[in-house]
Amino acid sequence: MLAKRIIPCLDVKNGRVVKGVNFEGLKDMADPVDMARFYNDSGADELVFYDITASFEGRELFTDVLRRVASEIFIPLTVGGGIRSLDDFDRVLKCGADKVSVNSGAIAAPGIIAQAAKKYGDQCVVLSMDVKRVDGQFRLFAKGGREDTGIDAMDWAVRGVQSGAGEIVLNSIDTDGVKQGFDLEMLDALTGKVDVPVIASGGAGKMEDFGELFTHPGVDAGLAASIFHTKQVDIRELKRWLRGRGVEMRI
Amino acid sequence: MIAIVDYGVGNLFSLTSSLKVLGLAPEVTADPDRLRAAGRIILPGVGAFGDAKAKLDATGLVPVLREESRKKPMLGICLGMQLLFDKGFEYGEHDGLGFIPGVVDSLKPDLNDSSLKVPHMGWNSLSIRRDDPLFKYFRDGEYVYYVHSFYAKSCAGSTLAVSDYGGVAVPGAVRRGSVWGTQFHPEKSGDAGLRLLKAFGEL
Repeated sequence: MLAKRIIPCLDVKNGRVVKGVNFEGLKDMADPVDMARFYNDSGADELVFYDITASFEGRELFTDVLRRVASEIFIPLTVGGGIRSLDDFDRVLKCGADKVSVNSGAIAAPGIIAQAAKKYGDQCVVLSMDVKRVDGQFRLFAKGGREDTGIDAMDWAVRGVQSGAGEIVLNSIDTDGVKQGFDLEMLDALTGKVDVPVIASGGAGKMEDFGELFTHPGVDAGLAASIFHTKQVDIRELKRWLRGRGVEMRI
Repeated sequence: MIAIVDYGVGNLFSLTSSLKVLGLAPEVTADPDRLRAAGRIILPGVGAFGDAKAKLDATGLVPVLREESRKKPMLGICLGMQLLFDKGFEYGEHDGLGFIPGVVDSLKPDLNDSSLKVPHMGWNSLSIRRDDPLFKYFRDGEYVYYVHSFYAKSCAGSTLAVSDYGGVAVPGAVRRGSVWGTQFHPEKSGDAGLRLLKAFGEL
């Protein structure tokens, strides 16, 4: 059977890896190519390479950095940030990305999901969502979590999958950076509604958080940034520990 | 030199990068003379069977591939592997290359658990059924990376290794004579995948 996946996320700004707390107070971490090499060697199942500021400041991804990462990393690579058109898909796929994640770009122009799925296949299109509780509703946020769209996040996910999104990354703004565990309630709400792989993001603080995450069978992968970057959690150790608890892991 | 057949299907960045890292001198080409000159040939591919076969037919390379497949090691990857079989049933019925006996059909109806997701996408353990030089550096049970919705059937005679998904023994690696195929992506399967490509480079 398929192994559950552990995915480090490299949030990149100006060619450097950064990770904020609740998206504020960005702190420089390291060079993305060094980080990618480190993760490739330490058992990461996939990497997400994301230009965290692109949707806000309209920056293009630094494709040379991406190309350098992709020529050394022989595990699946997902790239996002500032993806608004098929040209953006084409640009990052040519630089070695395997999957492309859309977020604000799909909110601004939802047609991009169907267009990209038709051209590159469903497996290539990842719908990334930043979600926060507002008035008792799971609300979809845009622009790096700064803008409340007023859209019900679960409806948005269902529509995205119907249009051809092959995977969903659910980032809970409520738990992001807090390190008290993944947003299991939000994840359960989503996995009950869609039949594509769901990647949990936001809130991982320790190994036990992943252990708890994978007791929820609809979740396929756990994504985190700072706890891996700071080596607070070692991926190899985490995967051995999870396997010891009966979670299928690629070791 | 390893020739990677260029017929406008799929993303060749990772494949060429991984072969370069292994020092295997990849060359992406649609030139019949380069395919004849190559020591080995890789047939890549992603997308749908019929569309890809039509594109391959349009290059006029099929007779060259048929001839070279008897002379040197050839490796089909993912959809490239599927094209090696007799027929594919994705969006209609299409003829494959017929280098390996078998057909390519939908995975979903054969799964014993309807809640399982298709495509079969992610890391799955590969169990070796028949030892082969392709596994020279590969350990039985290592994980490889799959992305596919159709799979090879009626090919027991050529199956080298399988991965279990929903009770289906999905053929992960196949071989007939000097033609090999992997349903998974060795160029995306980390160190284990690189070791398979290294072994292919030594066949």
